[in-house]
Amino acid sequence: MNAAAPLLEIDGVSKRFGPVQALDRVDFGVREGEVVGLVGDNGAGKSTLVKTIAGIHSPDTGEIRFAGEAVRISRPNDATALGIATVYQDLALCDNLDVVANIFLGQEEITGGPAGATRQLDEAKMEHRAGELLSSLAVTIPSMRTEVGTLSGGQRQQVAVARSLLGEPKIVLLDEPTAALGVPQTKQVLELIGRLRERGLGVVVISHNLANVFEIADRIVVLRLGRAAGDFQAEETTEEHVVAAITGAGGNGEKRGEEEAR
Amino acid sequence: MSAAEGTTPATAGETREAGTASQAVRRFVQGDLASLRVVIGLAVIWAIFQFENDRFLTAENLTNLMLQITAVGLISIGIVYVLLLGEIDLSVGAVSGLAAAVMAVLNVQHGWSPYLAIVAAVLVGTAIGLLQGSVFTRFGVPSFVVTLAGLLAWQGALLQVLGSTGSININDPKITGLANTFYSDVVGWIFAAVVIATYAGIVLAGYRSRVSHGLTGESLAPLAIRIVLVALITIVAVAVLNSDRGVPLALLILLAFVVGFEYLAKRTRFGRHVYAVGGNAEAARRAGIGVDKIRIAVFALASTMAAIGGILAASRLLAVNQSSGGSELLLLAIAGPVIAGTSLFGGRGAVWTALLGALVIGSIANGMDLLALSSAVKFMVTGGVLLLAVIVDAIARQQRQAAGRV
Repeated sequence: MNAAAPLLEIDGVSKRFGPVQALDRVDFGVREGEVVGLVGDNGAGKSTLVKTIAGIHSPDTGEIRFAGEAVRISRPNDATALGIATVYQDLALCDNLDVVANIFLGQEEITGGPAGATRQLDEAKMEHRAGELLSSLAVTIPSMRTEVGTLSGGQRQQVAVARSLLGEPKIVLLDEPTAALGVPQTKQVLELIGRLRERGLGVVVISHNLANVFEIADRIVVLRLGRAAGDFQAEETTEEHVVAAITGAGGNGEKRGEEEAR
Repeated sequence: MSAAEGTTPATAGETREAGTASQAVRRFVQGDLASLRVVIGLAVIWAIFQFENDRFLTAENLTNLMLQITAVGLISIGIVYVLLLGEIDLSVGAVSGLAAAVMAVLNVQHGWSPYLAIVAAVLVGTAIGLLQGSVFTRFGVPSFVVTLAGLLAWQGALLQVLGSTGSININDPKITGLANTFYSDVVGWIFAAVVIATYAGIVLAGYRSRVSHGLTGESLAPLAIRIVLVALITIVAVAVLNSDRGVPLALLILLAFVVGFEYLAKRTRFGRHVYAVGGNAEAARRAGIGVDKIRIAVFALASTMAAIGGILAASRLLAVNQSSGGSELLLLAIAGPVIAGTSLFGGRGAVWTALLGALVIGSIANGMDLLALSSAVKFMVTGGVLLLAVIVDAIARQQRQAAGRV
C-alpha cells in the first residue's frame, strides 16, 4: 500500500441486471497520478464497473469513497461534479453536432442575456477554448465546425478524450480508448494518457490490448465474471500472470466469491 | 478502419482538403443545402401557377397567401422541435381546434375578456403538451401512439366544449383583429428597417465576437451577401404587401415566433440540447442533459404553438366549429417543415423551415384554388408533394449513412 490514500475507492460494490450478476462485491481504487489498467474477458464487468463510477448505473450494494469520503453517485452529473470524467467505448458523441458543440455538450458557455433559457451560447468563446484544448493535445481536426459524424474514427476518439478533459477532472475513465485506432493514433492516445498522469490525474483504462496496458499502466486490475480476480503492479508481473487471472487459471486477487461458490 | 484514418492528423487533414471541390455537390445531395433546393422548388411552383393564372403573383393574392399560411406556420414551429427530437406529434391539429373552441366559449358564451380567453386557450395547449410529454417519457409509450390517442381525445373534447350548437361565431374585435389587421405603408417600412438593422447587427456582432476571440475562417464577403439578401427579401415583401392592404399583423406574429424560436433552437443551451437529444439521446443523457425534461418541454411547446395557431385560424375564419383543426391541418403542419428540409429522423432541421414549408404548401393550395381544381385533385397533389419530400429526406439520410455520417 502506498502512503497516499486512494483518490477513488470502490468497496464491495455489487450490481445485478435481472438474472445476471454483473458485479459481485468488487473492490477497486485509483490514486492521484496513477494509471490503472482494468482488464478482463468479455462480460467480466469492466464496463459495468466504469458505468457505476460514472453514475450511469447505481450500485445495488457497496460503497464508493472519493478523497476518503463516502459519496453517492446516482447520476452522471454527480460524477462530473466530483471530478470524474468518462470516455465511453461508443464515444457518446452526437454525430449531428459539430466538434465544438460536442466538446461542450452539457457544459455550454453562455454570454449575458435576460435570464435562464434565453441566454445566448457563447459560440466564439467555446470555439476558442476548444481550439486551445485540441492543440494542447496535439489534435488536428479539419475544422472546429465540422460535424462529428464526418470525422474518422481516430479523430472522433480524440474529440471524445478532449471533451472529457474540459471540466478539469481529477479522474478520467477511458473505455477501450485504443480499440478502433491505427498504430500512430494509438501511440498518440497512450502518450496522452501519460500526460494525464504527469498532471496528477488518476486514470482508469479499460483495454483488451494487454500490450497497450503494460505499456501505460502502473497497476493492472483483473475482473473475471463480475469479481475482482487479480491486482498486479505492472512492473512486477508478466503478461502470463495477467492472462492466467483473466482466464481463471490463477491470480492473486481475493476470491471470496469463488470460494463461496464451491 | 480505412488506411486514411490510420495516418497522422496532418495527412488526414490533407485528404479532407482534397474533397472540397465536390463538397458543394455532395452537400446539396445530402441535404445540407436542402433549403436552396426548396427555394428553387418554390420558384418553380410560383412560375407554374403564374403561367396558368396571372392572378397568382398579384399583391392581393400574395397577401391572401400570407394570411392563409399563418396558422399552419405557427403550428409547424412546434412540429419542428418535435421532429428535431426524432419524435412526432399527431395531436397538434386537434389541440389547435380545442384551444380555439375554449377561447370562443370563454369569450362569447361566458363573457371573458378576449385577452383572458386567449391566455386560457394557450394554457390549455401547454397543459395538454405537458400531459402528453409526461406520458411519453414516464411510460415510454411511443410519441406516435400517445399523440394519436390525443388526436382522438382532443377531437372529442372539442365537440364537448362546443356543445349542442356545434359552431360559435367570434365577433370580438380584439380576437378577429389578430388576422384582420393591416398596417399602413409607413409602419410597414419602419418594420422593414428594424428587421434589416437587427439582422445586420446580429451578424456583425457575431463576427466581432469571433474576431475578439482570435478566430478566423469567416470572411466578411459572405456575411455581407447574407445581409443584402435579407434586406432585399424584406424590402420586396413589404413593397408588395403595401401595394395591397399593407403588412398584416398575422404575418408579424408568425415572423416573431419564427425568429424567437429559431433563436431558442440555435443560440441557447436549451436548443442545443434539443438537437443533442435528437442526434444521440444516450450521449445527451451521459452529458448530464435532462433528456426527459427536454422531451416534455418540447411536447409542451408543440401543443402551445398548436393552440396559438388555432387561435389565429379562428380569428381568420371568424368562427370555431366542429371541423376546426381537422385532419388536413395536421398533415400540412407536419409536411411543411419536412418539405423544407427538417428531417423526420431527428437532429437535423431549423425553425425557419416551418415558414418556408408553409409557404410551399400554402402556395400549392392557393394556386390550386385559383385554378378551381377539385378537392380530389388537391388532396392527391398535396399527398404527392409530401411523399416526395419524405423520399428526399430518406435518400439524404441513406447517403449520409453511406458516407459514414449517421
